[in-house]
Amino acid sequence: MMHDLSKIEEIIDRSPKEPGALIAVLQDIQREFHYLPCEALTATSRALGVPLSKVFSVSTFYNAFSLTPRGEKIIRICQGTACHIKGAKLVQEQIESNLGIKAGETTKDMKYTIEVVNCVGACAMAPVIIVNNKYHGKVRCDQTRKLLGIK
Amino acid sequence: MRITSAEHLTQLQKEYQKEAAKFPRKILVCLGPGCLAAGSDRIYDAFLNHIAQRNIKGITVEAVKKTGCHGLCTQGPLVTIEPDGLFYTRIQAKGVPEIIEKTLEKNEVITKLLYSTPGKSQKIEKWADIPFYSHQMRIGLRNVGQIDPENIKDYVAVGGYQALAKALTMTPEQVISEVKTSGLRGRGGAGFPTGKKWETCRKVDSDIRYVICNGDEGDPGAFMDRCIMEGDPHSVLEGMIICAHAVGSISGYIYVREEYPLAILNLQKAIEAAREFGLLGKNILGSGLNFDIKISRGGGAFVCGESSALMRSVAGEVGEPRAKYIRSVIKGLHDKPTVLNNVESFATVPVIINEGGKKFASIGTPRSTGTKAFSLAGKINNTGLIEVPMGISLREIIFDIGGGIPDGRKFKAVQTGGPSGGCLPESKLDLPVDFDSLTEAGSMMGSGGMIIMDDRTCMVDVAKYFLGFLVEESCGKCVPCREGLYQLHALCVRITEGKGEPGDLELMEKLSKYIQLGSLCGLGQSGPNPFMSTLEHFREEYEAHINHKKCPAGVCRALIKYEIIDACTGCLACIPVCPVGAITGEKKKKHFINQAICDQCGSCYAVCQFDAIEVK
Repeated sequence: MMHDLSKIEEIIDRSPKEPGALIAVLQDIQREFHYLPCEALTATSRALGVPLSKVFSVSTFYNAFSLTPRGEKIIRICQGTACHIKGAKLVQEQIESNLGIKAGETTKDMKYTIEVVNCVGACAMAPVIIVNNKYHGKVRCDQTRKLLGIK
Repeated sequence: MRITSAEHLTQLQKEYQKEAAKFPRKILVCLGPGCLAAGSDRIYDAFLNHIAQRNIKGITVEAVKKTGCHGLCTQGPLVTIEPDGLFYTRIQAKGVPEIIEKTLEKNEVITKLLYSTPGKSQKIEKWADIPFYSHQMRIGLRNVGQIDPENIKDYVAVGGYQALAKALTMTPEQVISEVKTSGLRGRGGAGFPTGKKWETCRKVDSDIRYVICNGDEGDPGAFMDRCIMEGDPHSVLEGMIICAHAVGSISGYIYVREEYPLAILNLQKAIEAAREFGLLGKNILGSGLNFDIKISRGGGAFVCGESSALMRSVAGEVGEPRAKYIRSVIKGLHDKPTVLNNVESFATVPVIINEGGKKFASIGTPRSTGTKAFSLAGKINNTGLIEVPMGISLREIIFDIGGGIPDGRKFKAVQTGGPSGGCLPESKLDLPVDFDSLTEAGSMMGSGGMIIMDDRTCMVDVAKYFLGFLVEESCGKCVPCREGLYQLHALCVRITEGKGEPGDLELMEKLSKYIQLGSLCGLGQSGPNPFMSTLEHFREEYEAHINHKKCPAGVCRALIKYEIIDACTGCLACIPVCPVGAITGEKKKKHFINQAICDQCGSCYAVCQFDAIEVK
């Protein structure tokens, strides 16, 4: 997949050129593209003077980074303790069956990605799902289609 | 504008108070995580729009404030009208005109929006009279829900940064001594005395020292720190600046997890405002103190709550802990002496300086002084954010403040301390909540998440959940944690699948001991706790799974089956939610589950409104 390299350069230019800025740069790139394109990893490595192996190590260590492209709508299912005991697993299975993919995967048409997160700190509204940064609380498994915007 | 001295600050405080007094009636809209999930941003906008359109005497848009978490999340979206103390619950955007018309214009109370006690039909008008609030004591959360977190003037008006001004008139040693007198112990979970930590850091000979605030809050089920960072960011900054003065630091970091975008935003705004006011940067309040703070965003790794891992992450590296022969307070970030405190600890410091360490120490128990914030979640009526004096019993928290267990079900256990903590049963309900009592009982204080479980929660499943979490989050550096927890989890899974064998529990106990002894950092050392504590208090439940192949709580899928009973009205609701298509039936006729297809997921049970599905 081809990417607008100037965007990557712009992000790198904004940050201090030191190894300590690595995570922040990767976070900004991830925010722009919703994942870390291969070109971005090599460009970051060169600009910050960090070996590519280390860039790869950091980008696979933290959950927030993805090395594969993600869909237009990102559905994050909270699996924190409160959500777990209030049936988040059911909600997850329902969404997986609605979209025909498993957590961590993206639909073939690049429309949806399902992600599981550990806790988003909205425990009072458990179970919680987040569709493109919008929180939905007290989700029941018969509501998932509506929340995803599918029939 | 720069504030140049303590007198200048006091003068501004008076000015802002006068400004605020122009709007005696305030409408506080909660934009905490719970209310926001229920759409409180739309309610805030509705208040602004409707008030702007109408001309009401004494009420202008300036009177509408968006605040941090009000606490009683389960009743959200919440709106408080001050100074009356009127408390409205479950508000909808379309109900806003009625509130303006009746309550603001005619001073009428809208009964249907009032809080009603669980189970009883008693309506309570004022928040201060609701048991959820009347049993609390707020120090760390003192401003959360009361002020607009995005406006530094609000914070200054309620006496913000006065503690800093006072601290700057004291010597660093005096500040440290005051914090030591208060007996404050780290609110992040380990409970290390804060004053002692500061003193050690100050005494280390070094050109640079760092102050870091740990806002990683990785424990699932905990959201206190989030609410403080979102709802009262300046109190955290003030605590950090006081600490910088005490230990002699010029550079600080706040490490916030990326899952909390609003906390990052509000902290960033607070830092910028504080710089503009001369409360961060060079020559703070004209005292000669130089200190600045940067935000470091986490990357979603639980282990980064651990001090040495966090510091590596701040430095832009992989967050793996190191062996702590030398503590991070001596050799921390970039190998320099570093004070790392939790959000709530820093937010508490200004109160200690203002009111004196002695007064703080008079609250709570002798070895756990002051108050502690907790988040209540799970199977409890009043889910939300609370702060109580240390030493209060679990029973008071769960039943008096929390309002007990919903749907008439029975209390089974309370989980404290996140994945490193444990589950405490009914027999421990009268235990005082303090650092030492909880640790003795096999759990721990942790950062303050409390998950309440009822008799429909399987304790083996809970242990499996936490172990699974830790297996995912183990950084993999040391073998006891990486492999040990993996095996422990695998054994737990086996038991929940009905394949447990006699001797499994003994094997797991032995393995747990090795993991505790052999792991490098706190994650591994405390990793077996969820298993050990559930085994200690709920051994019979494990045995039922292994020996009788039964899950008494009706959770573990391999050991249960669902059946539709005669109460079924034939409403068809369960048919489309069954992911495997195991349910058949016609309208108004009893439905049927084909056991050969059913995978016991429980979706049907979750949506049935007539209690017509039974777990066997």
